[in-house]
Amino acid sequence: MTKIWVYAQYGVSFLWPVDSLAHTLKALENLMRFWKQQHNPLASRPSPSTGEERVKVCAQTPVELLTSTALIWVILTLTLAVAPHTNELPVWLAPAFFIIAAWRGGIAIWQQPLPPRWLLLMLALLATAGVLVSYKTLLGRDPGVALLTAMTACKLLETRGLRDGVVLVFLGYLLVMSNLLYSQEIPMVAYLLAVVTLMLVSQMLIHRQHAGLTALAPLRLAGKMVLVAIPVMLVLFVLFPRIPGPLWGLPKDAYKGRTGLSDEMEPGTISQLIQSDEVAFRVRFTGAMPSPKQLYWRGPVLWGFDGRRWTRRDELPSQTPVPFTPEGPALDYAVLLEPSNQRWLLALDLPASLPPRAGMTRSFQLLRERPVNEVYRYEVRSYLQYRTGELTSSERFLGLRLPSKSNPRARELAEEWRARDPRPESLVNAALALFREQSFYYTLTPPLLGFHSIDEFLFRTREGFCEHYASAFVFLMRAAGVPARVITGYQGGERNEMGEYLIVRQSDAHAWAEVWLEDRGWVRIDPTAAVSPNRIQQGIYAALADTGTLPFLARRDGHYAWLRQLALSWDVLNIRWNEWVLAYGPDRQKEFLSGLGFGTVDWRGMTIAMVATLSSLGVIFITLRWRSRRSRDPVVRAWQQFCHRLAQHGLARGLHEGPLDFTERVIAQRPELAKPVREIARLYIALRYGPVHPSMAVRQLQRQVRRFRA
Amino acid sequence: MATLEDRLELTIQEVGTTILGKEPAIRLALACLLARGHLLIEDLPGMGKTTLAHALAHCLGLQYQRIQFTSDLLPADILGAAVYERQRETFVFHPGPIFAQLILADEINRATPKTQSALLEAMEEGQVTIEGESRELPKPFFVIATQNPAYQIGTFPLPESQLDRFLMRIELGYPDAQAERMLLEGEDRREVLARLPVSMTAAQLHEAQIKVASVHAAPPLLDYVQALLAFSRQSNRFRGGLSPRAGLGLLRAARAWALLHRRGHALPEDVQTVLPAIVGHRLHPGDDNLEQSSTALVKQLLEAVALPA
Repeated sequence: MTKIWVYAQYGVSFLWPVDSLAHTLKALENLMRFWKQQHNPLASRPSPSTGEERVKVCAQTPVELLTSTALIWVILTLTLAVAPHTNELPVWLAPAFFIIAAWRGGIAIWQQPLPPRWLLLMLALLATAGVLVSYKTLLGRDPGVALLTAMTACKLLETRGLRDGVVLVFLGYLLVMSNLLYSQEIPMVAYLLAVVTLMLVSQMLIHRQHAGLTALAPLRLAGKMVLVAIPVMLVLFVLFPRIPGPLWGLPKDAYKGRTGLSDEMEPGTISQLIQSDEVAFRVRFTGAMPSPKQLYWRGPVLWGFDGRRWTRRDELPSQTPVPFTPEGPALDYAVLLEPSNQRWLLALDLPASLPPRAGMTRSFQLLRERPVNEVYRYEVRSYLQYRTGELTSSERFLGLRLPSKSNPRARELAEEWRARDPRPESLVNAALALFREQSFYYTLTPPLLGFHSIDEFLFRTREGFCEHYASAFVFLMRAAGVPARVITGYQGGERNEMGEYLIVRQSDAHAWAEVWLEDRGWVRIDPTAAVSPNRIQQGIYAALADTGTLPFLARRDGHYAWLRQLALSWDVLNIRWNEWVLAYGPDRQKEFLSGLGFGTVDWRGMTIAMVATLSSLGVIFITLRWRSRRSRDPVVRAWQQFCHRLAQHGLARGLHEGPLDFTERVIAQRPELAKPVREIARLYIALRYGPVHPSMAVRQLQRQVRRFRA
Repeated sequence: MATLEDRLELTIQEVGTTILGKEPAIRLALACLLARGHLLIEDLPGMGKTTLAHALAHCLGLQYQRIQFTSDLLPADILGAAVYERQRETFVFHPGPIFAQLILADEINRATPKTQSALLEAMEEGQVTIEGESRELPKPFFVIATQNPAYQIGTFPLPESQLDRFLMRIELGYPDAQAERMLLEGEDRREVLARLPVSMTAAQLHEAQIKVASVHAAPPLLDYVQALLAFSRQSNRFRGGLSPRAGLGLLRAARAWALLHRRGHALPEDVQTVLPAIVGHRLHPGDDNLEQSSTALVKQLLEAVALPA
């Protein structure tokens, strides 16, 4: 729904010229009217005779002034549209906007003169310079929105006439849209819908359509307009042909500031991620949900190590799933991934199918064509028991590579183990036994580590989080000659009983290891499980002693259980919103439409269906209105029929015109109709305003009207 | 035998011979009388205000009194006072000019508020209280007040609350060219007035007033009146809406107007015709309203409210 990024800065730079263009057009129009008068002797208006007066007519474009009520409404709605941006804008801009809005409001209330043009020009230049200084550029999402806000404020200060008000309201709609670039969650969308409704009210007040009434009547009308617009919106939403990717190029910074896994890992990477209870993704299983200790969500696979930091390896994804031998039942599920600004898709170990427009690397990692910048839904099939194939020579090389001269004591230990028993299984067991039997602690706040991070961890601090254990384990295995790699991703998740789905949060982030064994292929080993079995079986909350630092939603203690319950119900609403609104892309659209029984529909079919549905909606709407306007009283209905017939001949009854005045006017223009018109008027007046209602007269009126031909 | 409606029509014709070319104003004045309301005429001097009042009183066979309001006029000068009579050794009440059926209060805004309110109370109550004793005023009791809109120096303009007591406010305006010519050619209006026949008696007028109340007002018409009142109250084009008294007056005047046109039921057109005279002095422009004149305000009200379907 939101791929509509209108370049805000272009919007501003367009609107000003458009505004002055409109002035020019108006002047041209006046010129035309004047010219017509000059050359049309029948023109009713007296035409100015001298050349001087003629110049005057062209130069004076009458400015219709805004009423102060309308202006104050416009200011208020603009403020509401800017308000959600307060945090994202540069520190100086939001207060400046609110001050200027208040200033303009004061001018309107106390009828003060507007600031001079030079001051305005200076303010505009100053604002542009300010944005340039704050962002070092004028292009992109954040500077664009800042510029839009600043220019809206400047426009406020020169707003006098009706047209200025209209421009402001359209700037307001742009501001409303720009909010969707930052958040598309339900509360924000509801808020923006309310702001749009208020903007409609401002628009009505500007055009004085309802200036006669208090704000309540336009508000009611605006509410009605929004309600009427909703079916149209739904049709457009469902049927407008979707294309993969944004409709327009989005600025590079449009998706910054997302938390999530990265493709590097060093001590502290994951323990920082744990601090966030943001949802990473949600999963619906087709069958039963597997037990928590089987839920290893595979993310980036890390091969390279520089003694402290693990990095990903650039692998070319293949368009077909990498084959392996499944050894158990298949598991089907759908993942709703929150925007991560990364290409990888999470899947359970090991995925055996590919979502559309995604590939798989030889490390069994799913990669999408482009980064996930919107809520993305995909379906995968995984096998929880498996046996992978052979190791290539380059994989063996990379799986054993270690930086020379780093962590000498850990190397020594591995050599020692190898000398004792070179079988890979016993090496793995030796390392796990080390973690299990020595006094290692699982903690979220480990001491800081230096250059020889593995050595320090294994022999000195012995306190660490999953990344420490995974890192140390893989190092030991490589040093002992067993190919190994680090896998990052998520482990476990929270089951939402109300919606029967799994919520995986950033606080479920995890790192583990894989070793390659001769007859079994890649085998998952989770060294954290050796230190803290609870982490795997019951989740992060059960495993940590110092849970105070965990975010609220990641805790599982009994406190505020009802609040968590409430949060879970809210999450059910969110997953529906994500599934049906935010993740409604081209694939989902095709799926949905074929589910409705349309078969496969291409964009032409969708366009035709859309136009057809919209026009039938229009017909329904007009019919409903017509029916509601048609009165049930037969007398009134006959009279409306009569008026309608006359209106078709250019004799429309004014809304406040009484029957007597109307028929007299009709007779004055069409004397030949005098007899039937008088008779109908007499009957109607007697029936509607007279004291008695003989049903015979009603029939007579109906007959007369039926016979009436204008 | 002439019917009541014929007599009313005749009255309009006869009054029309003294004050030329002003039939709509005469009709409105008569409708106001029939609706038991009081009339305020706002116009420049010499436009025929006094003649109109005098002619109406004459043709309807009403006792007529004219009170010229000045700044030193006292309430007792209007209401009357008890005077000690030596022969009878008692106070005897000498009724003031207000004890008449039709009063012309000329230049009402030149008197002090105290004197104005004495008259206005009498208009509202139909009786006056002098020295603790209530005295009924004659029936029918009808006040035509005039005020001069132009020269406001040394005057006490009527406050809004007192303007509301007048059912209608009308302007006479200049006569058109034809009427003016006839005026110039013809004889003295006062002589014409003296020769005018009496067209109906006070009793017949009373009968007509009763008949006005029986003119049918159908539900759609009441809807329309209510819509007008509601709009005047909700809209911010006006400062303060029309009072219930204005609404009642509007309906009564519409009925009177219908009766003058020999109809047994009132039409929206009747309401629309009397509307300017009835709400013109009761509407005030709101802060945002660019229109200021009462004519324009009435037009806004009229055009904004659709006839109920």
